[in-house]
Amino acid sequence: MTIRQILITVSVIVFGTILTRSLPFLIFPDSKESPDYIKYLGQVLPYAIIGMLVVYCLKNVNLLNFPFGIPEGIALIYVVLIHHRRHNLLLSIGGGTILYMVMVQFLFPV
Amino acid sequence: MKVKALKAAFPFTIPVMIGYLFLGIGFGILLTGKGYPWWLSPLMALFIYAGSMQFVAIDIFSKAFNPLNALILTLTVNARHLFYGLSMLTKFKATDQKKPYLIFALTDETYSLLCSTEPPQGIDRNWFYFFIALLDQIYWVTGCTLGSVAGSLVKFNTTGIDFVMTALFVVIMVEQWESSKNHLPVLIGIGVSAICLLLFGKDLFILPSMISILAIVTIFRKSIERRNVI
Repeated sequence: MTIRQILITVSVIVFGTILTRSLPFLIFPDSKESPDYIKYLGQVLPYAIIGMLVVYCLKNVNLLNFPFGIPEGIALIYVVLIHHRRHNLLLSIGGGTILYMVMVQFLFPV
Repeated sequence: MKVKALKAAFPFTIPVMIGYLFLGIGFGILLTGKGYPWWLSPLMALFIYAGSMQFVAIDIFSKAFNPLNALILTLTVNARHLFYGLSMLTKFKATDQKKPYLIFALTDETYSLLCSTEPPQGIDRNWFYFFIALLDQIYWVTGCTLGSVAGSLVKFNTTGIDFVMTALFVVIMVEQWESSKNHLPVLIGIGVSAICLLLFGKDLFILPSMISILAIVTIFRKSIERRNVI
């Protein structure tokens, strides 16, 4: 693509992204009382979506080939346990990421 | 009031800062590595501001010019944002003139922070949310710019750094689990997406997952609500 075509493509992507982010708010504006069902979804979905996002992050893990998802498994268990005990973001997120990086770079290099 | 809200919001955004800086740098390196001009990276970070979509865009640029195709791809990749909007309807109510920006900046990470954090006592709610969203985008733009301008200078091995996002979502899940007595919704989310991932593969599973999650929470609404205390 030429630069001009790229810029047009970028504008299209901007439009599409804004559309998916704003559509629910356009359908249910503040002035309109949202139906009970929508309120219910608003309560339940945040929980279900976080579950979906975790799966989304792990979508590239291949359980059938080396390293069989072992680094992901260990790092996930670490994050869950340490966060449950200490509630310290640095320990859970920072520690978990460093643990994972050490594992994929040195212990289980592909 | 604003300064207090900014100070209160900042600590919550630190995990996203680490993640966005590194992912953004990765994006900038990849984009300029393919021969595109350096300014395209900050431009995309500023206006598209959707991580996974920006990576997909690099792929689109290398193909023949086809805006309609780009639009369809964007809607598919970003369909999950519809759910974010639905669950933020109440939270964003009465956020007055900050609302358009809050909606524009509703990325996976900002969404997950907004769902899981309440402003501390005495902090203005709207400014607190606004600064979480704004700081996150500043990190992303900074990362994308650094990557495209100075990417070739970064020498250390960053393999595995993307786990920072996984860890962030897992931490939020743990906090949700502890603060809620009803674990059905999150279990439905994990179970349904895992099954869809197996059935449809990693490139196609998000849309079927969303539809199935919606169907299941709708069908089992009574039993989920009976357990109450969401």
